[in-house]
Amino acid sequence: MIIAERKPLTEVLEMLDGSGEITVLGCRSCTAICLAGGEKEAKEMTEALSLHSELKGKSWSIRPITVERACEKEFILPLQGVKGTVLSLACGVGAQVVQEMFPALQVIPGVNTSSMGAPEGMGVFVEKCAGCGDCILHLTAGICPIARCAKSLLNGPCGGSQNGKCEVSPETPCAWDQIVRSLTTQGRLDLLERNIPPKDWRPSRSGGPRRTVNVEAVPGDAQKAWRDTE
Amino acid sequence: MSVSTLQETLDAGRFAVTAEIGPPRSCEPEQVRKLARMLKGSAHAFNLTDNQAANVRMSSLASSVLCLQEGLEPVMQMTCRDRNRIAMQSDLLGACALGVQNVLCISGDHQIFGNHPQAKNVYDVDPIQQLMIFRRMRDEGVNWSGEPLPQPPQPFLGAAANPFADPFEFRVVRLAKKVSAGAQFVQTQCVLDVERFQRFMGHVRERGLDEEVHVIAGVIPLRSHKAALFMKNKVAGMSVPDHIVDRLRRASDPKEEGIKLCLETIDSLKSTPGVHGVHITAIAWEEIVPRLVQEAGIGP
Repeated sequence: MIIAERKPLTEVLEMLDGSGEITVLGCRSCTAICLAGGEKEAKEMTEALSLHSELKGKSWSIRPITVERACEKEFILPLQGVKGTVLSLACGVGAQVVQEMFPALQVIPGVNTSSMGAPEGMGVFVEKCAGCGDCILHLTAGICPIARCAKSLLNGPCGGSQNGKCEVSPETPCAWDQIVRSLTTQGRLDLLERNIPPKDWRPSRSGGPRRTVNVEAVPGDAQKAWRDTE
Repeated sequence: MSVSTLQETLDAGRFAVTAEIGPPRSCEPEQVRKLARMLKGSAHAFNLTDNQAANVRMSSLASSVLCLQEGLEPVMQMTCRDRNRIAMQSDLLGACALGVQNVLCISGDHQIFGNHPQAKNVYDVDPIQQLMIFRRMRDEGVNWSGEPLPQPPQPFLGAAANPFADPFEFRVVRLAKKVSAGAQFVQTQCVLDVERFQRFMGHVRERGLDEEVHVIAGVIPLRSHKAALFMKNKVAGMSVPDHIVDRLRRASDPKEEGIKLCLETIDSLKSTPGVHGVHITAIAWEEIVPRLVQEAGIGP
């Protein structure tokens, strides 16, 4: 899932300065699960903004709309007819899709989108994948050093690994410590000895914005066109 | 092409000494020159750190060249933190063009510890991959993409090893990986925990790595028990036994005790099979290096 957290209210208020009609957009997918931008958070934000508007005499008109998935055009049709400002509590993807669909709206980010990860416990979410576009989990015991090592090292822990923790923070587990332990458990110590050569970062962000095409799923003539580019 | 005295010394089986010079936080060349003149003759080569602790300093390349001008042989440190493979290869070519003989490939302290914690780090490659790239440039005469280098660089390639980081069993594996990637010498984290270092060297010899790479053990003269406590609590990947802290605390002259302690460590390292030299890190106490070297009887 995509992990995000709410921006501080003061920052949101600053961004909304000069607005009139405000729609708070919640999303029932990832940001709902990480408690940053679901239906409940959209309602809370609406209430907070209404209170602020009342206290400061802003005369904002505010209402919440929560969609199933803000990152897919089909799901954001409920926004049709909306005017003014959309305060998006969806992730950065959702915010952009909304903006693409409704160019006249001013879409404002109400959350900071941080990573792709998973819940670790109640209210705790941890990054797991950096989306590098060339997965090597089979070499690293299913633990990604690109996302989970502070230096994205591919050949073992640096000299700052101590007691299973990363030098960057005592709260952060050393990914390579986890990998070494996991490979030991799996009896795959041979993998530890292997040098992984410099990575090709082209499938990552370094190759520019990425487009992924599942040709089978593309309908009609467009499929042929994509096949020709392969 | 400049020949590495450090390599000649080590390959001839002689005990080598290296010492650290931290470049200044300014563009004043005199600061490097002064240290260079003071330390000249007390070591075979001198490490010029690369923005150590992630604080902005004069570049290791420029500082290395200043040392060369003063007649010192530099070990240019190069971190993976601040440059991608393009900049790395370019810096290696530049350094070798200017006469730098030794290059130390390291990952570098994380930027969070330095004066620009907001910075984005690079880590396009890690130090093992950096060694692979540099060895290929030197031995195959091509850059990493395979294009020929009409005049390939001839660096003596080094890496870092930390016997005191975890997981302990993997530290020797990591050393082996660095050796197979191209490391000809390694400089270790400062040895204060001699017992743990000896265990590490036992594993090094078991794998026969002492035949393949020159291990240069790090030493540090401590000026006070506070310095020892700082190393223990604030420096990542350090092991400082309590008896060392106590010994410095009890000493009537902690500085002299620190020197004595350092000399004892050097003595024990000299007689450790597989240890081919020592690397002295005397941060902000560089003037002590000539004395240490002389009293330990290890000068060039």
